[in-house]
Amino acid sequence: MQQIFSFILKNSNRLLFLLLLGIALSLTIQSHSFHRSKVISSANFLSGGVYERINSVEEYLHLKEQNDELAQENANLKSLLFKTKDSAEIPNLDSLKGVLPKDIVVCKVIHNSYNVYENFLTLNAGAKSGVTPDMGVINSLGVVGITDNVSANYSTVISILNTKSQINAKIKNSDHFGSLIWNGKSTGFVQLVDVPRLATVKKGDTIVTGGQSVIFPENIGIGTIDKLETDSETHYYTITVKLFNDMTNLGHVYIIKSGNSEEIRNLENQHKKDE
Amino acid sequence: MNSTLLVNIFRFVLLLALQILVFNNMNFGGYVSAFPYILFIILYPVNGNKSNLLIASFFLGLIMDLFSNSGGVHATACVLLAYLRPYFFKFSFGLSYEYQTIKLNDVLTPERFTFILLSVATHHIALFLLESFQITFVLDVLLRTFLSTLFTILTCIILIYLIKPNKR
Repeated sequence: MQQIFSFILKNSNRLLFLLLLGIALSLTIQSHSFHRSKVISSANFLSGGVYERINSVEEYLHLKEQNDELAQENANLKSLLFKTKDSAEIPNLDSLKGVLPKDIVVCKVIHNSYNVYENFLTLNAGAKSGVTPDMGVINSLGVVGITDNVSANYSTVISILNTKSQINAKIKNSDHFGSLIWNGKSTGFVQLVDVPRLATVKKGDTIVTGGQSVIFPENIGIGTIDKLETDSETHYYTITVKLFNDMTNLGHVYIIKSGNSEEIRNLENQHKKDE
Repeated sequence: MNSTLLVNIFRFVLLLALQILVFNNMNFGGYVSAFPYILFIILYPVNGNKSNLLIASFFLGLIMDLFSNSGGVHATACVLLAYLRPYFFKFSFGLSYEYQTIKLNDVLTPERFTFILLSVATHHIALFLLESFQITFVLDVLLRTFLSTLFTILTCIILIYLIKPNKR
């Protein structure tokens, strides 16, 4: 017994090191597994509060770009409004089909990272505004990411610039879909994989969100095709997509509460249980 | 004794604030960034309590993780550096380092530079390897580590000269 005590006393530093290293490593490994929410995330009152303060200062530096973006969006909406007067033409830009105004939360990006492989954003809206995990986040230009951790006033978002992110996307005006992933290289480009060779695609085509996703409504812009490659093993296309969004400069974003997502998910889970 | 404790707490808070407010927003070419917050571990008194340093480093890293959404990456790298610190001292200042009065925040000598280089490189390799967590990115990680190490050492040396207590 005494020897055990003396051993512990003699090696107290080493044991403490192993203990702390164990805790830190398990937190790391846990954060890299996709399906579990993180223990350590910036959606908490400390870092959320600090980031909000910093952002309130930084906001002024980007006022011009934000204004341009809003004016652009206004112009788009106006043109949509004027088009509908012409009853013969049905506007085909129904990017928010099935989403009521009350289902959209307007909020601000208070922290944005884009220099690591797993990038996250922090937003200043949380459970109090009705945000839950797995909700789509977009802005006027296109897709931004999917909500991950939610606290009372803040939430974190898995950016599309995250190697773990996978979003269902398709080529506009066709139903050939694939998964949108990021290879961790450039902040302006993402990759669309698993598009069948049958699909007629060419450089410059627009990529939008697919209808298979319960998180995003259909036809929200993502980017345009920059490069086309065929995978030599699977014979599927690997498409490099140039993003509409400048992910390094994000201001106001919209969180979408998709009305049917709960119902669809329940249905799918039921199916899995039956098997 | 009391004043060293105060100095250390001051450094802890100041370096974290500096890192989060300034250096986290600086990255060159999208992926080269500096982490001068580890100066806290580097500048910790040589004969100071080692368990206290381990615990302080753990929380230093954890707070960084809190702010950068990275799980426990910074915490792991910091604890590793805090544990290996005495060995780096031994390597750069010779066996009897404990009996010498080593002051790191002074004029840069080859010994001091070796120590800072070893510490920063170890921390960065651990940090970037754990951050990518995939074998496919190894070359990219090594490049990132190399460039960021250079950048961090540069900022560390500048900071040491800035913080240096002006006794003279």
